[in-house]
Amino acid sequence: MRPPYQELLEVCILPLVDRVSVFDFFTGMGKTLFDKVWERHLINLEGHPAAPKPDENRHLIYIDLHLIHEVTSPQAFDGLRLSGRQVRRPERTFATMDHNVPTKDRDKPVKDPISARQMEYLKKNCEEFGITLYDLNSYNQGIVHVIGPELGLTLPGKTIVCGDSHTSTHGAFGALAFGIGTSEVEHVLATQCLVQARPKTMRVNFKGKLPKGVYAKDMVLALIGKIGTAGATGYVIEYAGEAIEALSMEGRMTICNMSIEAGARAGMVAPDEKTFAYIKDRPYSPRGAGWDKALAWWKTLKSDPDAKFDAEVEIDCSSLTPQVTWGTSPGMVAGIAEKIPELASAPDEVTRSSWQKALAYMDLAAGQKITDIKIDKVFIGSCTNSRIEDLREAAAYVRNRKKAPSVKTVIVVPGSHRVKEQAEAEGLDKIFIAAGFEWREPGCSMCLAMNDDVLEPGERCASTSNRNFEGRQGKGSRTYLVSPAMATLAAIYGHFVDAREEA
Amino acid sequence: MKPYEPVVSHIAPLDMANVDTDQIIPKNFLKRIERTGFGAFLFYDWRFKADGSENPDFSLNKPEHKNARILVTRDNFGCGSSREHAPWALLDYGFQVIIAPSFADIFYNNCFQNGILPITLDSMTVDSIFSMVKENPALQFTVDLENQQIKPAGKPAIPFEIAPNLKEKLLKGLDDIGWTLQFADRIEAYEKALEV
Repeated sequence: MRPPYQELLEVCILPLVDRVSVFDFFTGMGKTLFDKVWERHLINLEGHPAAPKPDENRHLIYIDLHLIHEVTSPQAFDGLRLSGRQVRRPERTFATMDHNVPTKDRDKPVKDPISARQMEYLKKNCEEFGITLYDLNSYNQGIVHVIGPELGLTLPGKTIVCGDSHTSTHGAFGALAFGIGTSEVEHVLATQCLVQARPKTMRVNFKGKLPKGVYAKDMVLALIGKIGTAGATGYVIEYAGEAIEALSMEGRMTICNMSIEAGARAGMVAPDEKTFAYIKDRPYSPRGAGWDKALAWWKTLKSDPDAKFDAEVEIDCSSLTPQVTWGTSPGMVAGIAEKIPELASAPDEVTRSSWQKALAYMDLAAGQKITDIKIDKVFIGSCTNSRIEDLREAAAYVRNRKKAPSVKTVIVVPGSHRVKEQAEAEGLDKIFIAAGFEWREPGCSMCLAMNDDVLEPGERCASTSNRNFEGRQGKGSRTYLVSPAMATLAAIYGHFVDAREEA
Repeated sequence: MKPYEPVVSHIAPLDMANVDTDQIIPKNFLKRIERTGFGAFLFYDWRFKADGSENPDFSLNKPEHKNARILVTRDNFGCGSSREHAPWALLDYGFQVIIAPSFADIFYNNCFQNGILPITLDSMTVDSIFSMVKENPALQFTVDLENQQIKPAGKPAIPFEIAPNLKEKLLKGLDDIGWTLQFADRIEAYEKALEV
């Protein structure tokens, strides 16, 4: 249970005195950022006849913000109707359409009748249950993980869930945010809570400064390459260190976004002045006295110096290079100056056979140089890299050049209408269009290719998205995950080049 | 959800690590708004060739592995998307038990919401199950959740661990929402105390 002194402590006393010693005095040991957010959201079940036994690791946590979209929600609403249940707190759920929306010809009806039906269902369900929906024509529409932060719905210390694994993005603000299945979507709608086991904690310390031409995307790809796609399974990661502190909010979101690709339940970054500046005066962020009160609490949301993590990982950013995935799992990644590894260097038989299978699918050979990989198409977008800073990064590398003739199409898909508007105000759209890139309407687009933005079989795509799975961008598609800078350069040269040389 | 009953079946092997949810159910089949009917699309890009005919080389298409209700696979099964369509497709196809050295987090949770039993065993034990299946694809295994063991016919039983509450949930076919609603007064108290 949350002790009664906690509120007093956090809001009134802590801002005035040395936080660490006060926490130590009351609790006896340091807490992690995760511990602080988790404990604030535990529902007290003590003394209830149905309460779980103390050794069960089964907890009920309160969910502050629930985001839904058209693909993983219809069955949840059906479940509610079947059992005659209501939405407990409709004002805590926000809906948008992103996964299968078209990114061009928005003035015409949606061509795919099945996509149109899913969107229609979302609209109908939101109307029936009183949920705010930002639909295709709304100014607030965009990728769910882009609009949450830009609307000020995403705030430090909140618990945030969505039927989408990349919900971990919101952890960049010091929120505890994670993806859930459709049954859990229904559970949150009905109860505003979730049944959870307490995860373990891992701290990833990104020390040193990033070299020029190396970005947040390279940091997280390097991490996944190091610990593997199941390296953080069962953990919530806290990203810390000099390089994290130096990142913008957009960069932190890129890193938290891909936590799931390392297997983690969630990723978090302690909020700081950059976080507060980003949130201030957003449509849903607190105002006046509410802001001051919230800010006082947010400032306590950091791991205590003596907090213990269940695991620690360190990555030296000063020697980091631009990363490119060469296989069919985000862990199959190499630096731009490297070669595709030899099968003999695989640590075990299962890995060796998955490398072999991946190389056959990608039509690549062990020992091949990464810079020799030729590209057919380029996708700049997705909840990983479609924010204003990502688009600025991409545009900065264009420099009046055009896409290589061998590159068939380059699509740039902003994460939201607000991002699109900002980019257009800065003239970024003109830079892209002059280079022969296509400037599209916001949505998930070719990240998962549920709409018309699909690769042909065998095509190679430099993509700023998050997954390079077989068939992810279309049956037989070959995806290479990179930063916006690397994707832009691949568009211009027709093959991968080292962003450090162009930075 | 129906209570779990012991499964007796031969095992279908899927000898691959990191099988992701995009493979389990490709995204072009996610547009249904129901929970059922996804089995036809399970592992679609592996099961079927470009012309729509069955790929005879894919493990699940081999006659000796057809109609299995138990799947054995490798590390990090179910990684990727949170789509519950993945367990829906597995269940609809006929799988009720999945054995692997490790599972992706969200997928693992999703299994329990749908009456699928994911069993985590160490890599060596999983290896031994692959060997038994290779030696005799018809070998029948009984997966007894009550006693937490996998019993290959005529061979020693293999014990497995599972969290007691998840075990109870499957055995009784319990619904999480019903469980949580017992605490409605506590949830209300929380909302009042924190003014949320």
